[in-house]
Amino acid sequence: MEFQRKDLVAIEPLAPEEIVHILDTAEGFLEVSRREVKKVPALRGKTVVNGFFEPSTRTRLSFEIAEKRLSADTVNFSASTSSVKKGETLLDTVRNIEAMVPDAVVIRHGAAGAAEFVARRLGCSVINAGDGRHEHPTQALLDLFTIRRRKGRIEGLTVTIVGDIANSRVARSNIHALTKLGARVRVCGPPTMLPPQVERMGVEAYTRVAEAVAGADVVMALRIQKERLGRAVFPSDREYARVFGLNSRVLEGAAADAIVMHPGPMNRGVEITSELADGPRSVILEQVEHGVAVRMAVLYLLLGGGRSEWTS
Amino acid sequence: MDFVIRGGHVIDPASGLDAPRDVAVAEGKILAVEPSIDPGSAPVVDASGLWVLPGLIDIHVHLREPGQEYKEDVVSGTRAAAAGGFTAVAAMPNTRPVNDNAEVTRYILEKAHRGGVCRVYPVGAISKGLRGEDLAEIGELAEAGCVAVTDDGHPVSSSLLMRRALEYASAFGVVVVSHCEDLDLARGGAMNEGLASAYLGLPAIPAEAEEIQVARDLLLARRTGGRLHLAHLSTRGSMKLLRYAKRMGLPVTGETAPHYFTLTEDAVRSFDTHAKMNPPLREIADVEAVQKALRRGVVDAVATDHAPHAPDEKEVEFEAAPNGVIGLETSLGVTLRLVHHGLLDRVRAVAALTWGPARALGLPGGTLAPGGPADITLVDPEARWTVDPAAFFSKARNCPFAGMDLRGRAVGTIVGGRTVYWNGRILAENLETAERLPT
Repeated sequence: MEFQRKDLVAIEPLAPEEIVHILDTAEGFLEVSRREVKKVPALRGKTVVNGFFEPSTRTRLSFEIAEKRLSADTVNFSASTSSVKKGETLLDTVRNIEAMVPDAVVIRHGAAGAAEFVARRLGCSVINAGDGRHEHPTQALLDLFTIRRRKGRIEGLTVTIVGDIANSRVARSNIHALTKLGARVRVCGPPTMLPPQVERMGVEAYTRVAEAVAGADVVMALRIQKERLGRAVFPSDREYARVFGLNSRVLEGAAADAIVMHPGPMNRGVEITSELADGPRSVILEQVEHGVAVRMAVLYLLLGGGRSEWTS
Repeated sequence: MDFVIRGGHVIDPASGLDAPRDVAVAEGKILAVEPSIDPGSAPVVDASGLWVLPGLIDIHVHLREPGQEYKEDVVSGTRAAAAGGFTAVAAMPNTRPVNDNAEVTRYILEKAHRGGVCRVYPVGAISKGLRGEDLAEIGELAEAGCVAVTDDGHPVSSSLLMRRALEYASAFGVVVVSHCEDLDLARGGAMNEGLASAYLGLPAIPAEAEEIQVARDLLLARRTGGRLHLAHLSTRGSMKLLRYAKRMGLPVTGETAPHYFTLTEDAVRSFDTHAKMNPPLREIADVEAVQKALRRGVVDAVATDHAPHAPDEKEVEFEAAPNGVIGLETSLGVTLRLVHHGLLDRVRAVAALTWGPARALGLPGGTLAPGGPADITLVDPEARWTVDPAAFFSKARNCPFAGMDLRGRAVGTIVGGRTVYWNGRILAENLETAERLPT
């Protein structure tokens, strides 16, 4: 299969086969990261700009490592060091980037739709590293990759996502990706954190964690994003942890081999207990490792990295 | 006699007329509307195949002058109006400075006198600086020529201030126009709260943000007896509330905009800022309810909320884009779309663009009754055209209907017996210099 897209701005428009193709491609790159010389020349001579208009540590690091392992030349700029702080519009920033003729732009931005805005105006490839509360496609891809490696499949699994669904781009991208590949998705949180009509997105909505987790093959906790919440939508961390937090007792109702995921960074003791996060069910660090492989696959596919023998 | 419009089909909802008629104009006024009028030596306008309507009136327009002339001004805005078939517009007060005092009102009227090609009715502010705190000098505003007051763009959040406005304005025969929005509930919202916002992850405004204030203002109108007009209604709940209030006999009117009976929230699924306005585009059930309210005459007027913005202001991230779309040059065609689709009777459609808005704000015109001003719009109901914002007379291009195929458009706009627009061309610098007929 050939990957025809210029950009990866969202999971929503992807066909199931495209998602599977990215995951399959990532399998090969996982091996690269385990070699002694963790580098292939696939993107030699290509320039990738990492534009982070919003703070990020792990996603930016993950992309940067992925780019370097593919031998791309990488340039980073963040909001604090760029002219964005001086009031430059996104359009002007985009035009300036374009003038430097990069091959790809990875963008993280606080506004929903920012990645699409940039993708429409740039001739080069654009990868969404998170746009507001809209989507975070590479996170969903690495989550699916992790699930597939652990469970051998996506189809037919029951995946429960617990937390602030309404404000989470991770949840949105995962809902799209998982339902496209045939998983049964449950979302759970206080009603103030569930988007209106969420069931019309093809998921089942729960407000009781024990019910949502019962029989689940995968349980994913979302970060409580206080910075996005504005006025509080739950009374206190304490109550949240008690009523909606994931702990080993809640997980007793899940499938015997259920895995526990978290996109990070974690608020330990709030949405997930340390006991669970560091316990045998947790695949949280695998998610991080897989993130590099998945991002390598995305960059490689979008930039038409050439022969696939680098990965074999 | 100045001239006679012959062979056209007159639709004058105020008199219930929907029939072939000739229209005679004398001294800038309607002289007669009869099955056949002998023009004698007077010039004749051949209107065969055309509708002859009372001049269209748009009671919700942002002309942006003074202060934001880069978006629009009285000259460009009234030209856009005339090209859209409008003979009169009501100009909203959120200018810079705000039209909250007689000086600004007089400035707008002077600009209109010098460079306007349709009638301009200024609307003053309810509160000083639109701040929602203290009443503006509504008496002086009325004296200077304001036909109504509103804080449009902002709700009047204080129920007490709204009550005072309804009470106080009634002394001057001025209508209070309410922008209904519970800011606390709507806070930060950039689109309708519904399935589309669930997909996009944009902060969203529930229908209740509008409806809560609609209900509040209707109750205050009941309490005070003040004349209330509800601006840009967009939800099915608002339609129900307005219908209920009218059944109770409250002194209230309401308007909606073409985008609310034509487009749904899906128009923003591509993050298209040209479909971003406040209130936001709603769901299909709301669109259908607004259409139904037009059919039943529950909604009195179609008003565009013409809100021009410069292209670079709209070419930003969705959340950062200003609210508002333009509508003067598409309103008639988009309204007639309902007629052509069998969703609205043509007399009702014309009423919502003429008599309804005239009554809502107590304006002259809106009818072809003899003795009234000869404000007349000639419409080719069958003309097919595609909306191309680049061809607009407006300075702005932020139109959500770009590329839409429409049927029906104004071919002639006559204000006070003088032709200001004819077949794609503006014919005058202002109303005084306009000729009676195109030469």
